Amino acid sequence: MRKFKEFVIEKLILLCGLASIFFVILIFLFLLKEGLALFKIESPLKFLFGKSWYPISEPPRLGILPLILGSLLVTAGAAVISVPIGVGCAVYIAEVAPLRIREVLKAGIELLAAIPSVVLGFIGMVTLVPLVKNMFHLPTGLTALSGSIMLAFMAMPTIVSIAEDALYSVPKTYKEGAFALGATHWQTIWRVMLPAASSGILAAVMLGIGRVIGETMAVMMITGNAAVIPRSILAPVRTLTATIAAEMGEAVVGSEHYFALFAIGIVLFVISFAINVTADLCLHKKQS
Amino acid sequence: MSHPHRTQNIAFFFLLLATLLIVVPVGLIVVIIVQKGLPAINGQFLLDIPRQGMRAGGIFPAIVGTVYLVTGAIIFALPIGLLAAIYLSEYSRENMLTRLIKLAIVNLAGVPSVVYGLFGLALFVVFFKFGASILSGSLTLGIMILPIIITASREALESVPSSFREVSLSLGASKWQTIRHIVLPNAIPGILTGTILGLGRAAGETAPILFTVAAFYLPRLPHSIFDQAMALPYHLYVISTQVPNVDEKTRYGTAFVLLALVLVMNIIAVVIRTKFRKKKKW
Repeated sequence: MRKFKEFVIEKLILLCGLASIFFVILIFLFLLKEGLALFKIESPLKFLFGKSWYPISEPPRLGILPLILGSLLVTAGAAVISVPIGVGCAVYIAEVAPLRIREVLKAGIELLAAIPSVVLGFIGMVTLVPLVKNMFHLPTGLTALSGSIMLAFMAMPTIVSIAEDALYSVPKTYKEGAFALGATHWQTIWRVMLPAASSGILAAVMLGIGRVIGETMAVMMITGNAAVIPRSILAPVRTLTATIAAEMGEAVVGSEHYFALFAIGIVLFVISFAINVTADLCLHKKQS
Repeated sequence: MSHPHRTQNIAFFFLLLATLLIVVPVGLIVVIIVQKGLPAINGQFLLDIPRQGMRAGGIFPAIVGTVYLVTGAIIFALPIGLLAAIYLSEYSRENMLTRLIKLAIVNLAGVPSVVYGLFGLALFVVFFKFGASILSGSLTLGIMILPIIITASREALESVPSSFREVSLSLGASKWQTIRHIVLPNAIPGILTGTILGLGRAAGETAPILFTVAAFYLPRLPHSIFDQAMALPYHLYVISTQVPNVDEKTRYGTAFVLLALVLVMNIIAVVIRTKFRKKKKW
């Protein structure tokens, strides 16, 4: 009897072990189920490279190029800001900061990671948006730049914590060897530690960027949501994620618009999947 | 000749600057929200329903909705997540399947939150016909926090020394008895930490609940798990972008309650973790 009970429990454990794989596949299948229906009506090329997104015009025009460019612009801006600052902060925490300050800094970074994105979006609206508006004398502060700055903050906790881990996992002997050869601490960091941790830092940057591309609420609240091909970083843009979040509420289940929003979901899923698998390979390379 | 030490001082200055550029704004954000949000908090704000199209009254239904959603998410995610962690830590071997499971967990953690919303809409709301309901929202959030719970629980289980298991097995206990009576009790603080972090994440997320549960304006409490509900993060989004002329105090107050809820959970998790690390004798 006890044998039987344990048998059941162990099978249950195995089943739950497989749950993650099951859910990833389930998510992808349901996105495909709803999203692929679009391509019976619209060609995939026209969807990906169409220059206008007017989902409720008659007939609807469902080209997501403006949205892709909007996402790319905001993400590139966020990466330019967050990568140097994030990696710099990771180096400072891992190598330079005194032990007691290190704990405080790490708590601060964890705090940032915990703040809900809608709260960051709200704070961005009331502080950053007016600032950008006044600084560049714009008609509105709801711009790609505001979005980039806010998103940079959301990418930083990911970048800092993974880059920091990568730096910690560099064997101590590397550092001791460099010191023994008379290198200064900074020379050791620059010429030995950073190159040795490079694949982990690369993974950190990729995962940070993945976080930015997938971010929804803050970006919807502060980028202005204009679904046009962006002409400058000081213009309002709309991202892939914000389009889904803003429009799905009004899309009729089973309409072209509904299918198109799911097709955008497929695009996002594929991007995040590619980023995560590549980053995982980078981290794995480091370990072996 | 260059001056290595001067270079070092300049470099360290920039590293410090980078760090301050992250930490100072974080502090500012918290200070602004506390300073402007705290005065809005009183019994009426916390315990009254929203009135006059959310321009007056309180946020009680949103608080209750978030509590329901988070509870539902954890009821779903904790058993599955914990058993998955037990599988990875106690049963799995270094093979292709384990590698695939780990990759799936990483990917699950990386799926954009709005894509979870789409998934929840397609599977729970439309396919299972649960409608926009607390049930659909909880399940969606539950799948979203699964990777957090699995990862934290697995670390907790793996940090239990293998000698504990060997002693138990050598005394004739079966594998499951060993896990149940020796490994699990020693891993509880770590599992608790992961669970609370998952709760905090579920409480703060907006995008997954947008189309699966969230009600724009529902000035009453939900009747059952098949009912729609208001939720704090969505309510903050609504009153800051969708409804004009909402008093600034109300917005900051809502942001404060949400932030406080999430931060308190995180602080509890950190405290449990630190205490446990100090107490740990192996």
